[in-house]
Amino acid sequence: MTGLLHLLSVAAIGAGTFFFFTGTVALLRFPDSLTRLHALTKADNLGLGLVVFGLILRAETALSALKLIVIWALVLLSGASTAQLIGRALRRVRE
Amino acid sequence: MSVLPYLDVGLALLVVAVAAWTVAARALFASVVSYVAYGLLLAFVWIRLYAPDVALTEAAVGGGVTGVLLITAGKRLGALHDIGPDVRPGVGLKLLTGVLAALVAGALASVILLLPDPPPSLAPEASAAIDSAGAGLGNPITAVLMSYRSFDTMLEKIVLVLAVAGVWSMTADEAWGRAPSPFRRSRPYAPTIFLAQMLAPIGTLIGIHVFWTGANAPGGAFQGGALLAAIWIITMMARLAEPPRVDARWLRMALVAGPAVFLVNGLTGEFVAGSFFAYPPSVAKPIILFIEAFMVLSIAVALPMLVAGPSSEGSDQ
Repeated sequence: MTGLLHLLSVAAIGAGTFFFFTGTVALLRFPDSLTRLHALTKADNLGLGLVVFGLILRAETALSALKLIVIWALVLLSGASTAQLIGRALRRVRE
Repeated sequence: MSVLPYLDVGLALLVVAVAAWTVAARALFASVVSYVAYGLLLAFVWIRLYAPDVALTEAAVGGGVTGVLLITAGKRLGALHDIGPDVRPGVGLKLLTGVLAALVAGALASVILLLPDPPPSLAPEASAAIDSAGAGLGNPITAVLMSYRSFDTMLEKIVLVLAVAGVWSMTADEAWGRAPSPFRRSRPYAPTIFLAQMLAPIGTLIGIHVFWTGANAPGGAFQGGALLAAIWIITMMARLAEPPRVDARWLRMALVAGPAVFLVNGLTGEFVAGSFFAYPPSVAKPIILFIEAFMVLSIAVALPMLVAGPSSEGSDQ
């Protein structure tokens, strides 16, 4: 692994960790459930996306890189769907 | 200087804290959610103990299926409160429950703390067995499960069948044989349907992959079967599939297929390989995969049927 790739990978994973951290802080600090949901999606999409990108740079085979992308896509899919479901349930409670 | 030991201690503390919260939470739903989080954390613990096979099982069962099971059970309990008088346990019963639970925990703790050093181990015998009877399997865990302690593995599947029979035996007489009531309201939310439609093909593929790869890498029948079960549960939640009638012949055949095929193979081993549950080493791998395929089927059917519950009146329009 060349030095530049290594640097890029560390930077991406670091940035991803930052988004997870801010997402968690927001989850604890935001006032109501809808804004907390909004905060969570940042950690899911950007945070995990950047971590996966950083790990792909380190992947030994193309197959394991592909698996990482599939994991990210699955988390995106389930995260987005459950956020919708929780949002709807909240709206139903409020009405 | 590694940070891993600190992470391990942090993880252990977190597990204990979440466990305490699971017990202390007053609302049933909060307790269940915390139990699911506890299951996922335990999966990390198993990873750190270099047991990825157990971690996969814990994540699929402890973090997934058990959560759904407990949430639906909680909903049924809530429905019971609505129709009947609210009978809460008295102080005496609560005290007795607490004392019994503390006794069990204390007995377990004392057994673990009083273990001789070095602790007794069957590991040498198990690894010897892996080399003979489990020949051809690259994953020692599957070799231990399927050839060193195959009788136990078969009994575990029979326990699952018994659990389903127990759930079904709660059916009211007039509803017997019908399908369990559907999971959700008649028109599920669009995101549920979307999620089920997207996950069903991918999840089925991953479930079969986890089973197949279990011969040589972490994975196996239970993990794969639990994934397939989860897929069936979510398609039933999205009302893309309705629960089958509990007297359906295919359902019952699928339920007993795993233990039955296992038992027949075990009996055959008595004549072919010289002892109960032994396989001829030359064909051990195909036989083990053959048995496991049927176990995957049984697990994938048994877990959703546990979640679906007993059949109900008026569910068969």
